[in-house]
Amino acid sequence: MVLSVLIAVTVVSSIGAGLAAVLTISEYFLSNYGPCQITINDERKLTVQGGKDLLSMLTAEKIFIPSACGGRATCGLCKLKVLEGAGPLLPTEEPFLNREEKESNVRLSCQVKVRNDLKIEIPPELFAIRQFSCRCAEIIDLTYDIKQFRFELKEPKTIDYIPGQYIQLLTPAYEKNSEEVYRAYSISSDPTDKNNIELIIRLVPGGICTTYCFEYLKVGDEVKINGPYGNFRLSDTDAPIVFIAGGSGMAPIKCILHQMKNEGIKRKATYYFGANTIKDMFMAEQMRTFEKELADFCFVPAVAKPQGDEKWDGQIGLVTEVFRRDLKDATEYEAYLCGSPGMIDASIKVLTELGINKDNIFYDKFE
Amino acid sequence: MNVEAQIWQAFVVCVSAVFTQNILLSYFLGLCPFIGVSREIKSAFGLGLAVIFVMTTTCMLNWLAYHYVLEPLGLEFFRFILFIIIIAAFVQFVEMVIERYSPALYLRLGVFLPLITVNCAILGASLFMLIRNYSFIVTVGYGLGSGIGWFLAIIAMAGIRQKLANERIPQGLQGAGITLVIAGIMAMAFIGFSGVLQGR
Repeated sequence: MVLSVLIAVTVVSSIGAGLAAVLTISEYFLSNYGPCQITINDERKLTVQGGKDLLSMLTAEKIFIPSACGGRATCGLCKLKVLEGAGPLLPTEEPFLNREEKESNVRLSCQVKVRNDLKIEIPPELFAIRQFSCRCAEIIDLTYDIKQFRFELKEPKTIDYIPGQYIQLLTPAYEKNSEEVYRAYSISSDPTDKNNIELIIRLVPGGICTTYCFEYLKVGDEVKINGPYGNFRLSDTDAPIVFIAGGSGMAPIKCILHQMKNEGIKRKATYYFGANTIKDMFMAEQMRTFEKELADFCFVPAVAKPQGDEKWDGQIGLVTEVFRRDLKDATEYEAYLCGSPGMIDASIKVLTELGINKDNIFYDKFE
Repeated sequence: MNVEAQIWQAFVVCVSAVFTQNILLSYFLGLCPFIGVSREIKSAFGLGLAVIFVMTTTCMLNWLAYHYVLEPLGLEFFRFILFIIIIAAFVQFVEMVIERYSPALYLRLGVFLPLITVNCAILGASLFMLIRNYSFIVTVGYGLGSGIGWFLAIIAMAGIRQKLANERIPQGLQGAGITLVIAGIMAMAFIGFSGVLQGR
């Protein structure tokens, strides 16, 4: 009885193993397409070993294309223009592409196999996404639960980004966290300093990455980031601007203010910054400096609940109430919002009541 | 039985598998891709061809594996697992080969191959050939006939559905509902063939 069970198991597993071996060996010989050249945006040329899908080849070459499903053709995020060499559209790609995209050769890069030389087009902002190794150079306490971190880039040494964009910070495994995770943080530093980036991070109780940053990360530590990502950015118009932010939502707005100063943008701008108590207010000094440096900029800090003996001579109330009083008519304005989802939704509601065009509201929700 | 008689029997089995014993319309096997990929004739054609090829070859392979490996060792009860493994491995292998050597064919058939691995008609054909004690030559005829039968059924269905695409179908019946109704009517029509051939 035992013997026959043993024989049975051995036979079936050896047949299975034999077939698996045949498949592995034939994959090695059959799926080897030799060196293929991928030409990106007519300028950069990569030589890779053919046989795998385009997405994983690009990732191996440190070009990061967004993808949520990991190459299973279910998220449709990894779209790229493949100009030459991709072959016909596959049925797996079809549901994700509209007619316009099909006509302009957009493909899902996880479904396009590299079998021959390819010519592809990557949007410049994606092309700029890299992995950076950096050194934590400075940690400053801004409030009791918000810190500013400066990271000095080591490899590569410089980063190009559009003010308003964010990076992803890799949290390594530590005592309270068993696996590596990425979390997104907006860049707050002056974009002319390409060798450093600054992040403004608020401690989220129980948050994996913020706990790491607040309790474990020390000056001198190595960290890995990748980016830049995101579409939050200053538009190219002359419309007056209203910035609305709370807490660490300060970061991308500060970056945009640096940009306005650097590029001499003279648009009228008002910045409503909401804090719960006086203890939550930070960087007011620096904003006052911006008021002097920029052509027409006004910083309006608002505190919802001034308590105790501390003196507060600014606006009192929720930031939405403050700009509703102050702005009155927002028809001509462009609004840039950054902060918690609650604050953003409330601000959008009030702005709409003040007559703003919905298309002129840009926001970066910290979820 | 001599070879000549076997070939004749294989022919008879093949024709009966196409019409009177159609694996799809009389046994209702392989319904899932039948409903899923019968929206247009072009893709139904590709899938149908792939089924013919895979069904014929896996029936042969499974016949060999059963009679030369499982039977001598007394492991007949393992046929389900073994057949599934063989079908999956073979389909993978074929996919790799045609992807390499015939990109044009790959684009036509290759994308459907993984779908076939889980097509129960393929496994069904392999099991029927055992139950009915077919010899190797007859098995070839049976596999081929079952494949062609499935191919015919899906092509007919795709043709009907293409015609139906512009018709007004009651909301509750759209999609899979009307397809199943059509499949039932087609199955009844195929009963008409049952008098054509006696025997298997």
